[in-house]
Amino acid sequence: MSSRETILQRLRNRSGGELTAPECDFSVLERDDWTITERVERFEKMIESVHGEVHHCTEDAWMDRLAEVLATRGARNLLIAKDHEIGQALRNAGRDDLPELLIYDEPIESWRAHLFNEVDASITSTRGGIAETGSLILWPTVDEPRLMSLVPPVHIAILKASELYTTFRDAMKAQNWAAGMPTNALLISGPSKTADIEQTLAYGVHGPKELIVLIIE
Amino acid sequence: MSETAEHTGHHIDVKEFHPRAQAAIHNPKIRKNFRSAMDGLMSKRKSAFEGWDLETLRDLGANIRMRALANLPDLLEQLEAKLTENGVKVHWAVDGDEACRIVTAICKARDARTVIKGKSMVSEEMELNHYLEEQGIEALESDLGEYIVQLADETPSHIIMPAIHKNTGEISQLLHDKTGTDLSNDVEYLTASARLQLREKFMNADVGVSGVNFAVAETGTLCLVENEGNGRMTTTVPPCHIAVTGIEKVVPTMEDVSGLLALLTRSATGQHITTYFNMISGPRKADEQDGPEEVHLVLVDNGRSTIYQDDELLDTLRCIRCGACMNHCPVYTRVGGHAYGTTYPGPIGKILMPHLIGLDEGRHLPSASSLCGACGEVCPVKIPIPDLLVRLRQESVDGDKLHPAKVRGHGAKRSSMEAMIWKGWAWMHASPGVYRLGTGVASKFRALQPSKAGAWTDYRTAPKLAAKTLHQRMKERGQ
Repeated sequence: MSSRETILQRLRNRSGGELTAPECDFSVLERDDWTITERVERFEKMIESVHGEVHHCTEDAWMDRLAEVLATRGARNLLIAKDHEIGQALRNAGRDDLPELLIYDEPIESWRAHLFNEVDASITSTRGGIAETGSLILWPTVDEPRLMSLVPPVHIAILKASELYTTFRDAMKAQNWAAGMPTNALLISGPSKTADIEQTLAYGVHGPKELIVLIIE
Repeated sequence: MSETAEHTGHHIDVKEFHPRAQAAIHNPKIRKNFRSAMDGLMSKRKSAFEGWDLETLRDLGANIRMRALANLPDLLEQLEAKLTENGVKVHWAVDGDEACRIVTAICKARDARTVIKGKSMVSEEMELNHYLEEQGIEALESDLGEYIVQLADETPSHIIMPAIHKNTGEISQLLHDKTGTDLSNDVEYLTASARLQLREKFMNADVGVSGVNFAVAETGTLCLVENEGNGRMTTTVPPCHIAVTGIEKVVPTMEDVSGLLALLTRSATGQHITTYFNMISGPRKADEQDGPEEVHLVLVDNGRSTIYQDDELLDTLRCIRCGACMNHCPVYTRVGGHAYGTTYPGPIGKILMPHLIGLDEGRHLPSASSLCGACGEVCPVKIPIPDLLVRLRQESVDGDKLHPAKVRGHGAKRSSMEAMIWKGWAWMHASPGVYRLGTGVASKFRALQPSKAGAWTDYRTAPKLAAKTLHQRMKERGQ
């Protein structure tokens, strides 16, 4: 008998008899439906409490803010999506106050060392955010691969205020996650951190040292 | 690293709990490190749950886990089918050895020489690192705490904070000795050094091995909770990702995850959420630029299906590995994680390990508790840990006719002398005449009562019998 059958058979022929499944009441997770303003406030408070940085922008002016943010960091380059509207907008802007724009359109194998050692910052879109915990929802795509939000020391994310959900459960319901998930999905709540050395917080242990959120209102 | 053997789970004699606990209690550094860490974790947990109806939330957590366990075989099959559909290869292992063989076979099929690991308690349980080393495959831990512990040739002393027993100075010295960094008490510098060292490893590793916090049957999704980003690196950068998990980690829906996640991170470290919540549902697709080309899931039983048979012991399988029970345990806080000599220390270890290693080897574990009940009160899924400790204590002395012992190695602590004394005690208390005679005689000769009673009186005064029994006094009062 295979290990699979051995295990399943032992579970199925439980000596204590069949178990009854209790009801699960999820209402304790529900919050009053916060207004967009309340959600933005809460999101900002939560993500700032874990060292995230929030900038309020408009649809027209986010690129100015981005340029400032990158300039203060002295970023030599910025990793962008090829097809997403954010990447398109940046490439078409033709601005000289932005650093070199890099596109992640090749398999990681062909430029791993470059990505790990030479890329200073990246910008990605989000699939909304969660106000209660101050989290960004990312579903990496062909256009915005997984490592964009992980390897560069500065990760900038664009979040539309209108796409902020109150709770994680609200977000997954609204976006019908139960119907199917992408190969990789993420909640990101702040820059990478550790407290493994004597409980002292240190940021940027393996992932980005800085997480900057541009909220478009 | 062949010396690892003597530091890993089974190679330590778990039975030697008492001398190790003694040594830890008299070690001021251990006392101070754990005390301050546990105090911090307790207060952070408390504030993280402010404004929550915690009792109701814990009820939800318990019900989610019980519902999953009630349908466990079906859910495992559903998970397997969904993951397979998503392109993930699913493997089943009856015990830790088989799981190690599966992981090794996957590595060998890819000619892998190096494995980078995200944090996984199941892999500690399997002693995977040791096994891989023996097969000539380098296994490197990437969680900073685990990395430190591995450099020191030790095992984790806490399931969430593996290097909690070390202070900054020691870690600085260790990194200096093993990796050549400068001696420094600057945690930023030490962390940055580890970042540089491990980035090289992530880039060059052939295989990434991780654990799983929740496996979702409905969508075929493996969820990982972490702060550092090493888990994401491990599961994204190498061309092959192997996830290992206990069979109990499966839940039916993503909605279940929302409830458990709310409890897990707040209970563990007092965080509202961790930096990363990583949900993996399949390998890289043909047009994707990154992610592993192969993803495997190894479902490990290792004693869990045995625990599953018993209505009480089953509750142990609800555990979501938050560590709150150890953070709140007065015994754990004083002796630290290494004294137990087991993969899982603290209260949850005391009820889980006897199943994994047998009550013979783990005979002292259920007794290493004051039964104060703190662990049960903070458990996010309401595991009645104190009740289970009592149950295992009964099993370790072989219980009685009403409660036949079941756990492997039961009766290891039974002494026929003790059993006889208790039998006599019970008989005396059930026979009024004998009781009166007995207590009367004992009161008469109370001067002969020894003032020492073994270890019991090391820190206590021996109780003194009253000059007269209750019956005598009542009689004198004419009642």
